[in-house]
Amino acid sequence: MFLRNALRAATALTLVTAAAAQADTITIATVNNGDMIRMQGLTDNFTEATGHEVEWVTLEENVLRQRVTTDITTKGGQFDIMTIGMYETPIWAKNGWLVALDDLGEDYDVDDLLPAMRNGLSYDGTLYAAPFYGESSMIMYRTDLMEAAGLEMPEAPTWEFIRDAAVAMTDKDNEIYGICLRGKAGWGENMAFLTAMSNSFGARWFDENWQAQFDSDAWNETLTFYLDMMDKAGPPGASNNGFNENLSLFQQGKCGMWIDATVAASFVTNPDDSTVADKVGFALAPDTGKGKRGNWLWAWALAIPAGTDNEGAAKEFIEWATSKAYIELVASEEGWAYVPPGARVSLYENPNYKDIPFAEMTLKSIQSADPIEPTVDPVPYQGVQFVAIPEFAGFATEVGQEFSAALAGQQSADEALEKAQALTTDAMEAAGY
Amino acid sequence: MARSVTTRRKTINTALAWAIGLLIFFPILWTILTSFKTEGQAISDPPVFLFFDWTLENYAIVQERSNYARFLWNSIIIAGGSTLLGVIIAVPAAWSMAFVPSKRTKDILLWMLSTKMLPAVGVLYPIYLIFIRMGLLDTRVGLVIVLMLINLPIIVWMLYTYFREIPGEILEAARMDGATLKEEILYVLTPMAVPGIASTLLLNFILAWNEAFWTLNLTAAKAGPLTAFIASYSSPEGLFYAKLSAASTMAIAPILILGWFSQKQLVRGLTFGAVK
Repeated sequence: MFLRNALRAATALTLVTAAAAQADTITIATVNNGDMIRMQGLTDNFTEATGHEVEWVTLEENVLRQRVTTDITTKGGQFDIMTIGMYETPIWAKNGWLVALDDLGEDYDVDDLLPAMRNGLSYDGTLYAAPFYGESSMIMYRTDLMEAAGLEMPEAPTWEFIRDAAVAMTDKDNEIYGICLRGKAGWGENMAFLTAMSNSFGARWFDENWQAQFDSDAWNETLTFYLDMMDKAGPPGASNNGFNENLSLFQQGKCGMWIDATVAASFVTNPDDSTVADKVGFALAPDTGKGKRGNWLWAWALAIPAGTDNEGAAKEFIEWATSKAYIELVASEEGWAYVPPGARVSLYENPNYKDIPFAEMTLKSIQSADPIEPTVDPVPYQGVQFVAIPEFAGFATEVGQEFSAALAGQQSADEALEKAQALTTDAMEAAGY
Repeated sequence: MARSVTTRRKTINTALAWAIGLLIFFPILWTILTSFKTEGQAISDPPVFLFFDWTLENYAIVQERSNYARFLWNSIIIAGGSTLLGVIIAVPAAWSMAFVPSKRTKDILLWMLSTKMLPAVGVLYPIYLIFIRMGLLDTRVGLVIVLMLINLPIIVWMLYTYFREIPGEILEAARMDGATLKEEILYVLTPMAVPGIASTLLLNFILAWNEAFWTLNLTAAKAGPLTAFIASYSSPEGLFYAKLSAASTMAIAPILILGWFSQKQLVRGLTFGAVK
């Protein structure tokens, strides 16, 4: 009898101790955007369900990138979950810095992740970061201005149509510009757009031997077309415009068309902030008939740095935050327009979500981007609007500065391309390619 | 003999001073005004200056989303701690350089300044690794030490300049009266240099308060000061300027108030010894 009671007491004590040990506090580094902030607001649901506390470190995208890179390369251990993108995931996974997410529970339904997202966040076929939300890029256009120009936007237009429509919609006297595109220098700014655009013109950053390709006809055609169109139909000072500047112009009714992140669709159709909310249409990013469209692919994803003390709790959080149940939770709390888009197939099969005006075009855009084979000709790298090698962010920003200077009229397309070719070649040689 | 100044000249000078003052203050004023606008008004073109529907919505959102008090407390501890520690170390150092100079004093002063000639990011990794080894990452103690070291050359330079203005004979007289070194520094030198020390304290408090590189890179969830609070509202993908402005206004308000109440001491200290 005594022995049985002692065993019971010991078992109870073990369970209590185990439960206490399981209630961890995890620290998550993330970016400041609507979906992430919404997730922070719903964290209490996770804590109630699991007992784990969550501490957030929210930073601006570029600051976050520098912060988490410092921490992971030095094994600082400051974060149990990091919000990273498609650029970092394959590089960090290759270096062994991330925990593989190959043992998520059956309920998680990993096969429900959109194939493009799953591929872009995997290395050697293993998932290393779970997509929280995904985006591509697409055309957002003013239906009223398009109609006034006597044109009709096809679902999948060509670049030529876009240029002609942009010129037709432009009314500079009334500050209406046919096309607004990124011009601000940066690998994630103008180079994200121009790299994706160049894919549709048959250009590529490198051939299969890692030789820079800015001296190719395809790149010349890409840059010349971009500069010419922006000169004829773009807003003044476009070389300083990034996502936010163009969003502001579009919301004030000053852009006929804007090709940018699909996530912008919810902003431009929000009547609280946009003066043209009820006059916006959507179309796929343009092509030139060569088999690739000019749209990118990106995901903000949650990954666990190798060596964290709270791997179990971190995995539980990722399973919760990127699950189907989380999407349902957001829908019930805030509505279907606010669920994180672009990560799961089932979301786009949900009849409630199909009513969202930009849902279908977002899905089609994501599906038309291929991070594994992003270009017309074969390439040795992964990534649609970037090259997934550590050196890319550095030299792509420098190339972006040259292209931005060309847009500002400080040099010609040929000069910019020549400099881009030289600096990329130097950077790759220095990196040992 | 004082130069006579005509009323007209005085008016022009005053107007010019106000114009320059307003020009310098305008970005802060614009941030404060934007914090009371909606996100739509914040980006409107042409911009609206005063005639908009004033709202406290952004402040409410920021309050709800962030633990402002924790960030503020961290800022006070980090900026205050690093400044006090810096002054405690710098007073004897500046005393020795000002009153007992050696052949190498000028070289040492220049060498101290040379630590400011390297971009901070150049030593990020070594300092990060030292912090990991010493368990100082994301701690207020770690940041107090780093910010003190960063600002120490400026503190020493400022105090050295003020101390040079104090006649050495007074200290000699104190010594003749039997004052020890400690008493000489504490009871004779320090009271005479109060305006200089006060302005050094204030200026370095402001520098430490605004420091954003180390405070962002060495903190995570616990020790982040108001710079981390502001950084959490900046976004390249989404127009959150009104909320960012509200967060910025909340971050600079304490230091603005402090600067306002101590402006006399600050100006007196900064111009100390300028007029002989």
